[in-house]
Amino acid sequence: MTFLTGWGRTAPTPARLARPRSAEEVAELVRRAPGRGVAARGLGRSYGDAAQNAGGLVVDCTALISWSLDETTGLVTAAAGLSLHDLMAALVPRGWFVPVTPGTRHVTVGGAVAADVHGKNHHVDSSFGAHLTSLTLVTAGGESRVLTPADDLFWATVGGMGLTGVITEAVFRCIPIETSRVRVDVERTRDLDHTLETMTATDDRYRYTVAWIDLLARGGRMGRSVLTRGDHASREDLPRGARGGDPLAFTPGSLLKAPPWAPNGLLNPVTVRAFNEAWYLKSRPGSFVQGLGPFFHPLDFVEGWNRVYGSRGFVQYQFLVPFGEEATLRRIVSRLSAENVVSFLTVLKRFGPGTPGMLSFPAPGWTLALDIPAGRRGLAELLRTFDDWVAEAGGRIYLAKDSRMAAGTMAAMYPRLAEWRKIRDEADPDGVFRTDLARRLSL
Amino acid sequence: MKNALGTVDAVLLLGGRSEIGLAIVERLVRDGARRVVLASRDATGGEPPVIGEAEVHLLDFDASRPETHGEVIDAAVKLVGDLDVVIPAFGVLGSQAVYDADPVAAAEAVAVNYGGHVSIGLHAARRLREQGHGTIVVLSSVAGVRVRRANFVYGSAKAGLDGFAQGLGDALHGSGARVMVVRPGFVIGRMTEGMTLAPLSSTPGQVADAVIAGLRSDAEIVWVPGLLKLMFAVMRVLPRAIWRKMPR
Ligand SMILES: Cc1cc2nc3c(=O)[nH]c(=O)nc-3n(C[C@H](O)[C@H](O)[C@H](O)COP(=O)(O)OP(=O)(O)OC[C@H]3O[C@@H](n4cnc5c(N)ncnc54)[C@H](O)[C@@H]3O)c2cc1C
Ligand SMILES: NC(=O)c1ccc[n+]([C@@H]2O[C@H](COP(=O)([O-])OP(=O)(O)OC[C@H]3O[C@@H](n4cnc5c(N)ncnc54)[C@H](OP(=O)(O)O)[C@@H]3O)[C@@H](O)[C@H]2O)c1
Repeated sequence: MTFLTGWGRTAPTPARLARPRSAEEVAELVRRAPGRGVAARGLGRSYGDAAQNAGGLVVDCTALISWSLDETTGLVTAAAGLSLHDLMAALVPRGWFVPVTPGTRHVTVGGAVAADVHGKNHHVDSSFGAHLTSLTLVTAGGESRVLTPADDLFWATVGGMGLTGVITEAVFRCIPIETSRVRVDVERTRDLDHTLETMTATDDRYRYTVAWIDLLARGGRMGRSVLTRGDHASREDLPRGARGGDPLAFTPGSLLKAPPWAPNGLLNPVTVRAFNEAWYLKSRPGSFVQGLGPFFHPLDFVEGWNRVYGSRGFVQYQFLVPFGEEATLRRIVSRLSAENVVSFLTVLKRFGPGTPGMLSFPAPGWTLALDIPAGRRGLAELLRTFDDWVAEAGGRIYLAKDSRMAAGTMAAMYPRLAEWRKIRDEADPDGVFRTDLARRLSL
Repeated sequence: MKNALGTVDAVLLLGGRSEIGLAIVERLVRDGARRVVLASRDATGGEPPVIGEAEVHLLDFDASRPETHGEVIDAAVKLVGDLDVVIPAFGVLGSQAVYDADPVAAAEAVAVNYGGHVSIGLHAARRLREQGHGTIVVLSSVAGVRVRRANFVYGSAKAGLDGFAQGLGDALHGSGARVMVVRPGFVIGRMTEGMTLAPLSSTPGQVADAVIAGLRSDAEIVWVPGLLKLMFAVMRVLPRAIWRKMPR
């Protein structure tokens, strides 16, 4: 038995871990599923209990790493355990980039599909599922099925958090790039309204956009943000000095390692305020060219940064409210700021159209994500209040980040849950695929 | 499943009418538990009490019939799925004078206060080990920390229970399941009705508050009130000649 947690390091549970080397081995494990069921796991970057299975079997997919690229179409066929990090390292020098990348490269293709992940380009490119042409899924009986967007089971699997089967392979379209750099514009906004206005007015000029909100700013400055927006740089965009070398050179790596141990309470209002203040001031408005790594995955520079939150771990709260429900966003931001909630990085993003994934998170609207130490007093009640506001506004919480939502809340936020359940029950009538998240949310 | 902030979902109370037990359950429900099983003698047929918005089930359970205990745990799992918190809260206090005069009654009380906990505890542990999570909250007592002349039948059963619970916790170590031992002093309530108050007494609600705090911090032993821990550090080493003369 091995104890597993998500990235937030809360609620560990033991499971038997298996690391199959082929799709056939996956099928064999599923056929011999134990009573407590089977859960798929990638790199464990979901924050909560999505890739855990107390007392059961967890299939670690990270040994399934084969891939191929069709250089004319940009179509990639990748095994589910391949990380976007390794994929980028292979694709970028060949002039291709993944269609969607989350805020860390250290996720697997399987995890990206199961959570239907979104990136800074959601407002123009939607989420990962929108770029898939097919999936291979090992279903409850242990058979391998190839699914396309014409299948219901395909859209129950995209965003389905691993509960329809184990994905072993995915085929998706990549995008051509000329360089491994991004042309970035940085702007600072005065307050929340200014942030929303600016993003609404000019987001569409950029492929990638995100706002970092200084949650600790109060009063008239509440919601002040740093807007970072950019596009893949062309060769001409590169500064003269950099034009000589390989424009597609890509050598990302982690520079720093977080200490293996950090005291609880290291992140407190004082240290976080100082960090936020420094970040806001350091983010000088202007335009420049930046590497893919620093632009998309600044957190990947510190390996194991999640340990900084101490032994009790942390929760990430990411919600979405539809356009027109900005009042709810404002209400939550002002409450967070009034309560002095310590969040290291609070990120606001404007979403475009979602995919047909029945449990997919993104939909047109605003999404805010923040990290909070789990030991904070009164946190459970505070987040439950936010849940209610979000549900009332017709919004939802992101399952890949969730570790504490109640089952009833989830059902209220995902109106297509019943439809999803029906398809899942047909594909897995005996409940072979199970995770702690599924138990907690009665999925 | 217990969530990242310690909120649980399904609770089983054995001794389904226990004042302390119900006070714990009420708090767990207030914090978000959705499913409750109350197991007690002659339970079925009655109306389940309303506890917040939780779905409440009743089950028959007699602590003095260990041969039925396996089925009780299985039935509870059938009703609510994984058990997040199991609270064996049944017990009888009785009176030492009665036990002195009626050894059979004394043995029967011990069979409930100790034997019943052993069998239901082992069955609950089997299930919790299998599911890889969950906490058994064992209601011990300071009466068992150092047994007194004034109630040595009850006290010795609690001493046995306390030792059993600690051993069970050690046996479960590494399984994901846990045991929390609760050691209240004198609790003002039904069980102690008519008795004169002892120093450092508490109410069922205070015991329950301490249990909730203990569950949040993954405590192994909880004294209620906390000061009793200190007091018993002294009591434990008092010379026998003095201890023997403790009035109650
Ligand atoms: C620093 C950081 C930044 C992030 N930023 C973003 C972001 O910007 N946008 C975003 O959308 N997400 C973001 N995430 C969340 C992350 O992208 C998702 O949680 C993703 O699912 C993690 O992939 P993983 O391989 O680690 O999967 P795991 O965490 O191991 O698993 C996640 C889920 O996928 C399922 N799963 C994994 N592999 C398979 C498989 N082969 N078959 C079937 N099911 C499978 C699991 O059962 C589980 O339900 C971020 C996470 C971190 C830590
Ligand atoms: N009260 C105190 O001062 C105190 C102090 C320290 C520890 N404790 C312990 O805390 C626990 C709870 O006590 P409490 O104060 O809540 O007392 P309580 O209200 O009297 O509850 C005890 C429960 O045990 C049940 N019970 C007795 N024999 C049983 C049997 N054979 N099978 C099934 N159930 C049986 C009783 O059921 P019925 O409803 O059918 O009678 C009663 O509901 C007990 O273990 C007690 O020893 C109490």
